[in-house]
Amino acid sequence: METKKTSLYQLHQKNSAKFVEFAGYQMPIQYSDGIVEEHKFTRNHAGIFDVSHMGQLFIYGGDDLVKDLEKIFPLDLKNLAINHSKYSFLMNDEAGIYDDLIITKIEKGFLIILNAACKDNDFKIISELLKDKYQIDLDKKRSLIALQGPKSAEILNYIIKGVIDLDFMSGGLFKFQEQDIYVTRSGYTGEDGFEISIVNELAENFTEKLIDKGAKLIGLGARDTLRLEAGLCLYGHELDKNKTPVEANLKWAISKERISQGNFIGSQIITKQLSDGVNKIRVGIKPEGRVIAREKTKIFNQSDIYIGEITSGTFGPSVNGPVAMGYVENEFSKKNTKVFLEVRGKKHPANICGLPFYKKSYVKGANK
Amino acid sequence: MSEVKYSKEHEWITLEGDVATIGITKHATEMLGDIVFAELPEKGSNVEKDGTAGVVESTKAASDVYTPVSGEVVDTNQAIVDDPSKINEDPEGSAWFFKLKMKDQSEMNSLMNREEYDKFAKESAS
Repeated sequence: METKKTSLYQLHQKNSAKFVEFAGYQMPIQYSDGIVEEHKFTRNHAGIFDVSHMGQLFIYGGDDLVKDLEKIFPLDLKNLAINHSKYSFLMNDEAGIYDDLIITKIEKGFLIILNAACKDNDFKIISELLKDKYQIDLDKKRSLIALQGPKSAEILNYIIKGVIDLDFMSGGLFKFQEQDIYVTRSGYTGEDGFEISIVNELAENFTEKLIDKGAKLIGLGARDTLRLEAGLCLYGHELDKNKTPVEANLKWAISKERISQGNFIGSQIITKQLSDGVNKIRVGIKPEGRVIAREKTKIFNQSDIYIGEITSGTFGPSVNGPVAMGYVENEFSKKNTKVFLEVRGKKHPANICGLPFYKKSYVKGANK
Repeated sequence: MSEVKYSKEHEWITLEGDVATIGITKHATEMLGDIVFAELPEKGSNVEKDGTAGVVESTKAASDVYTPVSGEVVDTNQAIVDDPSKINEDPEGSAWFFKLKMKDQSEMNSLMNREEYDKFAKESAS
């Protein structure tokens, strides 16, 4: 299968991107500044991320659609206000996660943002569950651009007046060169920011305007270090179809009311796990030294017994040290529990810690 | 000091008396990206030609560092362990990795000179 390119491919090339294949797309892993500089630029200014490989699933329908989607997603969708977003999951009957996603109530329906590697399968599953009752479209005509960092609101507001007034996890329809664009205040870096859904033909021009205002293109490499410092899960690493939202320590994302009703796919397992507890759970892990424990690194307790595995690990440029997430047996998941990580045959001390690793202080001027 | 020689694993080496200084090339650092971790061999240990003698890691991945010659490790550069970004800044200068007391100086003969290495690096990159 030939690898696909996003509408910003030429702009990436022009900005000396190094490309990697990701979920069937040629995507920029980094530009000439490198991952560490790009990471810090996002934390201190504003970074532009091409996330057009992600799925934009539009589903249109009325009250029936709300009811049918509530059978799929553990969310209180009937009370989701127009232009508001929620983080959720597509699960199987065992509450295993097929994908994690953001669902937004839009005019006459919903917009669901899906992971690139999962989107085709998600589309198939959701279409089958909805039994052709609704207009459903995995959009190919629109690009998705994220702008992240403390200067995002100021920069985007120069180009799209009014976005500065959006609340976190809410959005709205705006105009760019007389075309509809949909902007939400959201992101996946632990920073303030926006995601902009825009027709492919205007994506490059729009992005160049962001660059003119001082934002910089940032690759997937820094996107990974940013989300990991922010303690956010990456599908295929922290999440997969053998892990549930309770095990992933994401129960906050499940509506309490929907749990009490218990009528969504996977609800039996979720209810059981919430009352009985789980065997393994996702935690933050901070190595004591500088050694980086990457995905699949084995975790041991103080008695040298295997208790779990790292799912993501890297060097956190803002933390200025190694950071990791992984799953451990529940009894070793308390903060400050000492564990050992086996890297290149040696056991290195580390501590279970709270997430995120990097927390933004939103006080003005505190992050100079 | 001797002419700088290069290995196919992208290490550079200079010889002063019987002590060799070894580091990784600028080309290697450009391929690796930002280096955020370095592990060096222990002083007093013996390393074998073409064997592993350390590790460098970028934000994305770990890579072994090989030694192009055999010998006893007589010194290591703690400065690059404390601040691995120095390797990106000055890979072929102050950011050397380790020094070896060589057993067999003829091991230098099979290594490349600058011109040969540049050609090799260009070919292996494309």
